[in-house]
Amino acid sequence: MSSAVYARIRENPKFQELVARRSRYSWFLSILVVAVFYGFVLVVAFDPKLIGAPIAEGSMWTVGIAFGLCMFVGFWLLTALYVHKANGEFDAISQEVVRAAWKEGQP
Amino acid sequence: MMRRALLSLTLLGLSGLAYAKPGLEGAVEKQPLNLHAIAMFLVFVVLTMGITYWAASRTKSAADFYTAGGGITGFQNGLAIAGDYMSAATLLGLTAMVYTKGYDGYIYMLAFFVGWPCILFLMADRLRNLGKFTFADITAYRLNQGKVRTMAAVSSLTVVCFYLIAQMVGAGQLIKLLFGLDYNVAVVVVGALMMIYVTFGGMIATTWVQIIKAVMLLTGGTLVMLLAFTQFDFSYTKLVKAATDLHANGFALLTPGNLLSDPVTAISLCMGLMFGTAGLPHILMRFFTVTDAKEARKSVLYASGFVGYFFNVIFLMGLAAILIVGQNPQFFEGGVVGGKLIGGGNMVVMHLAQAVGGNMLLGFLAAVAFATILAVVSGLALAGASAISHDLYARVIKKGAATEAAEMRVSKIATIVLGIVAIGLGILFENQNVAFMVGLAFGIAAAANFPVLILSMYWQGLTTRGALAGGYAGLISAVLLVVCSKSVWVAVLGNPAPLFPYEQPAIFAMPIAFLAAWLVSKLDGSAQARAEMEAFEDQFVRAQTGYGAATAAAH
Repeated sequence: MSSAVYARIRENPKFQELVARRSRYSWFLSILVVAVFYGFVLVVAFDPKLIGAPIAEGSMWTVGIAFGLCMFVGFWLLTALYVHKANGEFDAISQEVVRAAWKEGQP
Repeated sequence: MMRRALLSLTLLGLSGLAYAKPGLEGAVEKQPLNLHAIAMFLVFVVLTMGITYWAASRTKSAADFYTAGGGITGFQNGLAIAGDYMSAATLLGLTAMVYTKGYDGYIYMLAFFVGWPCILFLMADRLRNLGKFTFADITAYRLNQGKVRTMAAVSSLTVVCFYLIAQMVGAGQLIKLLFGLDYNVAVVVVGALMMIYVTFGGMIATTWVQIIKAVMLLTGGTLVMLLAFTQFDFSYTKLVKAATDLHANGFALLTPGNLLSDPVTAISLCMGLMFGTAGLPHILMRFFTVTDAKEARKSVLYASGFVGYFFNVIFLMGLAAILIVGQNPQFFEGGVVGGKLIGGGNMVVMHLAQAVGGNMLLGFLAAVAFATILAVVSGLALAGASAISHDLYARVIKKGAATEAAEMRVSKIATIVLGIVAIGLGILFENQNVAFMVGLAFGIAAAANFPVLILSMYWQGLTTRGALAGGYAGLISAVLLVVCSKSVWVAVLGNPAPLFPYEQPAIFAMPIAFLAAWLVSKLDGSAQARAEMEAFEDQFVRAQTGYGAATAAAH
């Protein structure tokens, strides 16, 4: 029974659009986070001096701390962005698709 | 082999790993009885016992027991995840690491943090939409229930056991230090409280223990940080200048040390921490406690906010401790500044609390540390018990025909057994170096749980045989690589040189697991495999929309 609903959802072009958009969004963000972080790890491994250098002459802020803090804050902001988008826009489409498929099955 | 290896553990000092649990470097001196700490801890115990009593009256169904009826809000779950994730090692070990190694500690914390955004982007919705009680609900969704669940239960229990041993030994040592209680008494108290929380209160009580602990940890840490920071007029520049002037490493304190100088180790460690987080059964289980995918996403937002915030608090505490603790003879054995810290290196944050807030704050932070261990072991015990009752008993042995009452009874018995095993192992391993066990737990989670979990959600081509091949290949290779590495082969078994040059298994074991799963699935031309691939279509729609997902109302 639910299999029929699943089939109807699958056939709905809106569903396909939702899936395509959401996965583009989540893969883009994931790759961004992984690339930035592992790029940073490579710098740690190959050029530790750069990480320990001050961002400006005489400053107590080093490149590593400043960039690390930016990652903490930036990655967290990305999670907020994703939650906002997924819980708002994407979930609205998703609900609409499910409702349509479910209604269609009613006598 | 593994058993013999573990039993023949020899005492050795291996430190520097962030995973190193407090006091894991071996025996520690018992401290005088700390009445402030004991009083505050008793308040915590009374409060959580009251909650357990209340939770017990609300724990009627299996869903209540495993997932608090799916009625936890995103904010509550975010706090509980933070409470589940940040163990005593976070508070004590990482502060100590910043104190001695400076920036290396910050890198570890970043690696611990960065898994969270990826869990949110790739896993959170699907976990909630497909799972019910354990993560094996997802891996076994369209595959052979018996075989896949057995595998998931084996690797979950392995992860849980190693993690539990490390926590119990850490707890015993820590409590001996902080409270002046006997080691065995401490281990029995932790085990007994954990059994009471979990058997009577199930996930509801466990969640609230974790929430209260998270609030205590965040409050205590923030308080110590602020009080310490006042001494530097809240100026980061002033703090860093003073700390780097004083520290033996000078300004190089903020340069990565030799801990991560080797790229393979650095990347492997980061992979283990990042993907291990996404494969820890007690963390994954938390995603099933919320009403829907919306709340699951919010939980990650809150959890990562708290975790990220606290890591930065720890960094400031570690730097401040260099000045406040590092120059005060009262915290060093024999009053020799720069000598051995009283109670060992992991006591830095406790000394800092005493220096800035006196005995009251020290007592509070000690109680926080104890509560922290309790919250983590309770989460672990519940995850282990659910693997036994929900996966092995109800689905594998009874083939889905077990009644809910019988399943709950089994999970309660499993909790008691796990508690007794944990107490026994905790006592057995008292003077052993168990630092490698948490690393092993993360390594197994990253190599055995994560690849199969992510493939089952994303790759239509995964078949039962492929999942089994990937899961077992990851489990075996992670265990073997750790056994052959320095931390076990040399440090524990006493051999002169390691067979495997790296400490961290993830960079090798994870590709092995993915490759095995892919190859075996590709070669699997059975009719069953075709049916499994077809079933992916429906699973995919449910994963995307949540239609048909286990909901709070359905219970």
